[in-house]
Amino acid sequence: MSTTTALPEASAASLKLSSASLFRFATAGSVDDGKSTLVGRLLHDSKAILADQLDAVARTSADRGFGGSAGGIDLALLTDGLRAEREQGITIDVAYRYFATDRRSFILADCPGHVQYTKNTVTGASTADAVVVLIDARKGVLEQTRRHLSVLQLLRVPHVIVAVNKIDLVNFSEPVFREIEADVQQVARELKLGADGAADLLVIPVSALDGDNVVDRSARLPWYQGPALLEVLETLPAADEIESHLESFRFPVQLVIRPQGALAPDAVAGGLDAEAYRDYRAYAGQITEGAVRLGDQVSVLTPGQAPRSTTVTGIDFAGRELTEAVAPQSVALRLADEFDVARGDSIAAAGTFPEASADLYAQLCWLSPKPLREGSKVLVKHGTRTVQALVRNVTGKLDLASFQLEPASTLGLNDIGHAQLRLAAPLPLENYLHHRRTGAFLVIDPQDGNTLAAGLVRDHPGDHEDERYSI
Amino acid sequence: MSIKIINEDLELPGLDHDAAGTPIAAPGVASGLSEPRAGLIEDQPRGAGAGAAIGVAAPTRLSSLDTLESEAIHIIREVVAEFEKPALLFSGGKDSVVMLHLAAKAFWPGKVPFPVLHVDTGHNFPEVIEFRDRTVERLGLKLVVGSVQEFIDSGELAERADGTRNPLQTVPLLDAIQRNKFDAVFGGGRRDEDKARAKERILSLRDEFGQWDPRNQRPELWNLYNGRHTVGQHVRAFPISNWTELDVWRYIERENIELPGLYYAHDREVFARDGMWRAVGDASRPRDHEDVITKTVRYRTVGDMSCTGAVESAASTVRDVVIEVAASTITERGATRADDRISEAAMEDRKKDGYF
Repeated sequence: MSTTTALPEASAASLKLSSASLFRFATAGSVDDGKSTLVGRLLHDSKAILADQLDAVARTSADRGFGGSAGGIDLALLTDGLRAEREQGITIDVAYRYFATDRRSFILADCPGHVQYTKNTVTGASTADAVVVLIDARKGVLEQTRRHLSVLQLLRVPHVIVAVNKIDLVNFSEPVFREIEADVQQVARELKLGADGAADLLVIPVSALDGDNVVDRSARLPWYQGPALLEVLETLPAADEIESHLESFRFPVQLVIRPQGALAPDAVAGGLDAEAYRDYRAYAGQITEGAVRLGDQVSVLTPGQAPRSTTVTGIDFAGRELTEAVAPQSVALRLADEFDVARGDSIAAAGTFPEASADLYAQLCWLSPKPLREGSKVLVKHGTRTVQALVRNVTGKLDLASFQLEPASTLGLNDIGHAQLRLAAPLPLENYLHHRRTGAFLVIDPQDGNTLAAGLVRDHPGDHEDERYSI
Repeated sequence: MSIKIINEDLELPGLDHDAAGTPIAAPGVASGLSEPRAGLIEDQPRGAGAGAAIGVAAPTRLSSLDTLESEAIHIIREVVAEFEKPALLFSGGKDSVVMLHLAAKAFWPGKVPFPVLHVDTGHNFPEVIEFRDRTVERLGLKLVVGSVQEFIDSGELAERADGTRNPLQTVPLLDAIQRNKFDAVFGGGRRDEDKARAKERILSLRDEFGQWDPRNQRPELWNLYNGRHTVGQHVRAFPISNWTELDVWRYIERENIELPGLYYAHDREVFARDGMWRAVGDASRPRDHEDVITKTVRYRTVGDMSCTGAVESAASTVRDVVIEVAASTITERGATRADDRISEAAMEDRKKDGYF
């Protein structure tokens, strides 16, 4: 056929992609450890960089007289999106990048290392299935490496990959790599990173500038038997793939869908039975954890009321009736009993949810230049509910390098500390250690609406002695 | 004065707030659903999906498109639940058509509970305006139009020397948002489109002047979106931030979504300018030295006729386009948008001023 000659050949990737899964990962590193170069290398070697983008980067590289060994192209420029970043040659904010292989579509959160590293790493790691931490092979484990690993441990990132970069600059030396690897594992033990099987740790020697062990295994590192970075990213299970069949079902209700008999003309034209949908009522939301099946026994949790038990009679997705749905699907649930269910309520696997509590004990990653003060009033956003809260006291601040809790009565930008809050209404809180979704919350400034902190729910410490404020 | 409203007398369902203060998607009609289709296992032949879910014992496995779709629907529902008066930017372009489709799925079998907003440059492709009006009519939506031409006619905006009207859309856009008191505006922007967009949040706060402050953005954590704003501020919501151009096309194919015909290969009178094929039209006239020829082309983006170029292509079906996009070596904006070639920070500068 004459027309087909004008069409490009479909790459194997484009056709297989339709069944590929999604994997989110973030990168973290210190200043000058080549993180942007690694990201650029991944995008470049996986052919996610298109010709016009590469041309623009090549022009800028030439203008600045960049003389690296990657064909004279400064791959770091691929991820620096804002004018100030290009002008100053620094990365200010988390940048999101996209690429795909035959097996997977990737979302990459590139987190800058030197400015507000905690804020950026916490942001990138909160949604990540894996985080790649960079270490300069010439420098080894730095204090900032410990800090990055601390944050990843706190946020329960399922997979931590340490890329020992610039291995070419230490002559591809195995002893240098093994020493760094041992140091990383020592830090991991101190931090109890992955101690309970919640995370795994992998250390890989790479050269981002030359591409060794980034996409393909390098012949220059014959002593390294493990996989290249991209191979690892392609095969690690995503958090939801691990968790959705292990964890109990959790479903915060976003809104109630109740058409009351008036139906879409398209849907009616497509054969929808108007009479059957007259009394349609379903609860819309995204499954945050676990799975739900038709006929499952569930509890409806309305804070301040006793849990109500009922049965799932329908799992609807835009006209399709499902027999099962898993995290992170957005669906609408129909229930056997006509309860009053509203936004802010939760639906959970029967009998699995702890009682709602107005006392909140948490780790706070403070993300605002406005410091946290004891006695101040804030908003807490948890699931689909936002409530007022009083900061009763700050019980300590983490020294990320030593991982010790130090005394503190305030938290500043990039601090991580422990605090006790009293909520104006009880929330169905769960420990973040076991529930990365229902154990997470935001602290919001009631004045200007800005996000002040990322919160991780801790268990009740059972200790009120140092409480200084109470309602 | 510059707002034209179609279906003005149409009663919008909006959201009831019930006794508990819970927003309820109101009754209604419509939805852009052509044919609700299996979402879970994409490679099945069309039609086999709906039944296939029944009785399947194997664990549910989500494809990347399933995950992106659920993320977008979650965001759309959050914004509708937390804002007083959202609207959706609808140009008839592929990204906004996908947005409308997702909104319809989010509230099925209820109606899309917000109006659509279009900024008409006056240089739009006639077939796209026709598609827009037909879609709005079919779905029974309210359409609000902000007109660049009226602002030029009244002297509030001046025509640019290069003739492009894309940067002129900001003033009518902000005017329409303010007049209609929209506090959240959905857009089809994607982070893979541009380096500045790669850094924008899914919920992006705009100040009283509609300005984006890229250096002072709220961190976005987990799937908890903070849409709080003060009087005068509004929020732009980008539920398909994490989609790529290829994702959009694969989704259009999977969901059998109708698009304006100029996205597919057709014969058109064109002339070469700035390394692009420009269509001959009222707003786009060849100069003396520019020869008009007929080529088989299609559009990868659909914007203002004065700055959007066509690409030579024989891709006449959605499958052909998916294959073409997957193999493309040039980004859609690089290939077809004169306005983004002005400088490396063209998009960032427009966004800071309140652009989409």
